[in-house]
Amino acid sequence: MIDTDLQKSLRKIRPTLLRFAMLQLRNEAAAEDVVQETLLAALEGKSAFSGRSQFKTWVVSILRNKIVDHLRRGAREGSLPLVDEQGDEDFDALFDGTGHWQEPPGDWGDPAAVIEQRGFYEILELCMKALPENVARVFTMREVLGFETEEICKELKMSSSNCWVVLYRARMRLRECLQMRWFGAR
Amino acid sequence: MKSCRDVHRLVSEGQDRQLSFAERLSVRVHLMLCTACRCFDRQMDFLRQAFRNFPGE
Repeated sequence: MIDTDLQKSLRKIRPTLLRFAMLQLRNEAAAEDVVQETLLAALEGKSAFSGRSQFKTWVVSILRNKIVDHLRRGAREGSLPLVDEQGDEDFDALFDGTGHWQEPPGDWGDPAAVIEQRGFYEILELCMKALPENVARVFTMREVLGFETEEICKELKMSSSNCWVVLYRARMRLRECLQMRWFGAR
Repeated sequence: MKSCRDVHRLVSEGQDRQLSFAERLSVRVHLMLCTACRCFDRQMDFLRQAFRNFPGE
């Protein structure tokens, strides 16, 4: 790819990168920073882009690493907000007195096919934004950035069991949201 | 036998930690017998796959 093409492609992809970073950092200044670093790294490392993988995939993978660095740094400096250990939200209402589902979960079909559908990721983003900030941070570290659970607990100074509970709550909320806004709406 | 309420928690936790042998066994047996929890299990896999591919193309 020649330079001007690269710059054009990066300009085009910038809003996506910002949205991606914002969802995970929930802080505009920090998101701007990691995106700047990513664009710079992409320009400097353009020879590393083989053209075999998708351009966007390549840039997003750089951004992921920048976000991971940012979170690790934040954890070291103690600037990541602590995750609330409390939270009385539970999902017991989903079950009857004998522990059976009130409303049995439905068949969502083949993920590979569904995620290709137009508009799916917009809905997923909406659902992510609806999560409380701390819950979203733990969840994206685990599922988007691929941290091991142990590392998340350590970095965020949470007990393991609390980590599992927070991840569980995130999944339950996302499930509910997708059911309502995506699967229920078609 | 474990209830759906117990099993759905273990299905989620199974994505974050290694379940014990007894836990794995009880989940597997429950899933064989319960369509609803099988769907839930697949929904959890769905979430994992969707977020691994985030933000989509």
